[in-house]
Amino acid sequence: MLIFEKSRPGRGISALPKCDVDVYTLPEDDMRESDLHLPEMAEVDLSRHYTELAKKAHGVNDGFYPLGSCTMKYNPRVNERTASFEGFTQIHPLQPVDTVQGCLQVLKETEDALAAITGMSNFTLQPAAGAHGEFTGLLLIKAYHLANGDTQRRKIIVPDSAHGTNPASAVMAGMEVINVDSDEMGLVDVEKLREVCDGNDEIAGLMLTNPNTAGLFDPNIKEITDIIHACGGQCYYDGANLNAVMGWARPGDMGFDCVHLNLHKTFSTPHGGGGPGSGPVGCKEHLAKFMPGVYAVEKDGAYDFAKAEASLGEMKCFYGNFLVAVKALTYIKMLGKEGIPEASKNAVLNANYMMKKLSAVYDIAFKPEVCMHEFVMDIGRQAKETGVTAMDIAKGLLDNGIHPPTMYFPLTVHEALMAEPCETESKETLDWAIDVFIALNDLAYSDPEKLHQAPVKTPVTRLDEVGAARHPVLKYEFE
Amino acid sequence: MGTFVPNTKAQQQEMLQEIGYEKLDDLFAHIPDAVKFEGELDLPAGMSEMEVSKDMKKIAAKNKIFSSIFRGAGAYRHYIPAMVQHVTSNETLQTAYTPYQAEISQGVLQSIFEYQTMICDLTGMDVSNASVYDGGTAAGEAIAACRGRKAKKALVSATIQPSVMKVIETYCFGNEMELVVIPEKDGVTDVDALQSLMTDDTCCVLIQHPNYYGSLEPAAQIGEIAHSVKNCRYIMSVNPITLGTMKTPREYGADFAIGEGQPLGMAPAFGGPYLGFMASIDALKRNLPGRIVGQTTDHNGKTGYVLTLQAREQHIRREKASSNICSNQALCALTVGVYLASMGSEGLKEVATQCYSKAHYMAAELSRAGFDIENEEFFHEFVTKSDKDADAIMKALAEKGILGGLPLGDGRILWCCTEMNSKADIDEAVAIIKEVQ
Repeated sequence: MLIFEKSRPGRGISALPKCDVDVYTLPEDDMRESDLHLPEMAEVDLSRHYTELAKKAHGVNDGFYPLGSCTMKYNPRVNERTASFEGFTQIHPLQPVDTVQGCLQVLKETEDALAAITGMSNFTLQPAAGAHGEFTGLLLIKAYHLANGDTQRRKIIVPDSAHGTNPASAVMAGMEVINVDSDEMGLVDVEKLREVCDGNDEIAGLMLTNPNTAGLFDPNIKEITDIIHACGGQCYYDGANLNAVMGWARPGDMGFDCVHLNLHKTFSTPHGGGGPGSGPVGCKEHLAKFMPGVYAVEKDGAYDFAKAEASLGEMKCFYGNFLVAVKALTYIKMLGKEGIPEASKNAVLNANYMMKKLSAVYDIAFKPEVCMHEFVMDIGRQAKETGVTAMDIAKGLLDNGIHPPTMYFPLTVHEALMAEPCETESKETLDWAIDVFIALNDLAYSDPEKLHQAPVKTPVTRLDEVGAARHPVLKYEFE
Repeated sequence: MGTFVPNTKAQQQEMLQEIGYEKLDDLFAHIPDAVKFEGELDLPAGMSEMEVSKDMKKIAAKNKIFSSIFRGAGAYRHYIPAMVQHVTSNETLQTAYTPYQAEISQGVLQSIFEYQTMICDLTGMDVSNASVYDGGTAAGEAIAACRGRKAKKALVSATIQPSVMKVIETYCFGNEMELVVIPEKDGVTDVDALQSLMTDDTCCVLIQHPNYYGSLEPAAQIGEIAHSVKNCRYIMSVNPITLGTMKTPREYGADFAIGEGQPLGMAPAFGGPYLGFMASIDALKRNLPGRIVGQTTDHNGKTGYVLTLQAREQHIRREKASSNICSNQALCALTVGVYLASMGSEGLKEVATQCYSKAHYMAAELSRAGFDIENEEFFHEFVTKSDKDADAIMKALAEKGILGGLPLGDGRILWCCTEMNSKADIDEAVAIIKEVQ
């Protein structure tokens, strides 16, 4: 039941004291005409309403969450504790600089740590999400070309396996997208790339995820970034899959000029049901003068704000999703220089373990010898032989308390289930999940109808999405 | 070092062997040597939870918490009911992903549907999205949503929050729309200048009401001018607290209502996370960026909620999407929902009334103390001018744990009052200010 249906006039909580000054009268012309319909609830009703909603949701604490490219690792509780310190939450963003030294220290330490992990020279924490970071990175590249007088460099190369945000971000940055098809391994086709780039002075750059969305590390990565640089372009690293390579390979060493990270993925700050995230952007020295916003500098233990000399502007108000940075820094401090590579190592181990075991009954897309942090199952064979699709398997997982892998992505695999187990799952959990996956394959052959009907144990069964889009009901209608 | 890896070394070895490898490094053997990172990351050694808690506490203690705040300018301290933090600390709601798997995400989806309903109710609009990053990005996105095939000129009032203007400039640097600033006159948008700037290729007019200086804008009149050009949209950025008592953007004739949602239950938190709200009239719903939740039914006819109108979005449309926005500020939208449900209609009216009543009380006291008040009509922020040194005023207040208004230069100060500032606090601050020479 919606909260509005539970509302009863006259109920409420006792939040505020009486107004202790004379009540002022604003001009009649500016006063609200329509009634407000905010819920009127006793505190006990509020408590029960939101408890009920939480029961109908699924978090990492509820169970295994192998959602590919989303890095649903466990979110340590200490992150939440440090982010709730009043010394962080009660600070106004426009306080004098001598009263926000702690906040600036958080910015500085986080910027430095991310730079070390990625091999970049500078970082900004202003972007609020991964997609916002992509937009930022592309604007950096745009500012760079414009400063060089290269106004014609407007084309950005995006592989067909890329996240949908990549081409959408490119358009927001005023660039034209060139899709380059992958080779048979789902990797960048170096020859095709060369054809597009050689002598092409309209290329602004390339956006790439490495390892890619199939969990494969591109062995030609240096050649790829060299080709882009040779034609005058810049290389942008989508950090969605950084959890695979921390301490093993750095985007900076691969030849990338700028990068965005997702603190809500790799650095364990929670996803919040879809935000707030944080999408810091790092760059090498030649792009640093265009960086947006302000960054923290330290001199003799005192912190101050600094601004890049040819800054491209502000990506959002103030300094980004600051409390998310507090959580990420807490996580980085706990893991440290040994624990960060350890996390990647175990993320890759867990993915390979799962892939190997599942390959007994599921086809693995591109049949790699070894994957990185994730792998893609291709349900095409099952679909052909039994009619059970990737969607059906996913819905069957719901009845078993497992959040399904990412479905129908990458687009290069038609019946894709992209699984990313993360380092924070135990062998016991993986073994159990593997058994569930195998049992679902058996069920596809023995009783496919059961899977078409799944899920049956969830608060609702499959929902009519077509109807929802055709006849949109986007809010509750008050009588 | 701290770790969150549950597998023991023995288990790791066992798993490796089962899949035919000897050591963990073998799994990284295929990374070309040329790009392989050798050596140690330039990071401090890892620490235990206790050490990190202490360390972060020490860092937090370097910040100064002001007991009394008279500064707004885009971030506001309001009373946040205990229920808000209680609900948003729920681990399931904190750690869930974007609700793609609707069957196990009804709680998140319903909370967003309720949020959308509340934003529409506050603003008078028909459709709200599930939020954008903040008030600044809401403005940038709203302008982009108004772009026509030929109409690419956006008119934005000089009286909006300066940091929001800067974000708009950045978004326009990206999408190459033409940004023209409408000058201000006597602290509000110059309507004559606006009139003369209106041309056939104007796709939108954006104002902030109350504006950066706290003043009420001639919002209805600006709406009429905006609509004098065909297909030109009127975007109003509003402080949502004002909507407890003030006219809705819809009642002023706006097509889009946007703004910074932070006052609705979020702590100032050094600037974020906050939330941008964004709502429109029905005819423009397909121009909205970001997630939108819709009501539908399941196989058994039971009511449920799903992400909908996804044909606008990046994961379907790729380069043809209305925006690249993917994750938004869902937990902040939940925060807004819990805040508004806790306060209720009467509670929000009370917050609004106390805000502007206290601001007017303080303005009157400062006026009595010799300060000029620049605003004609204002809500809970106002600008004073005097010969007294603004920095000296700030210093004197800070010594008593009070954060004064924001100095704007030339002896001008932008003050803000909310329900958090008691009469005694205001009297104390004014007394200190009077003492400053």
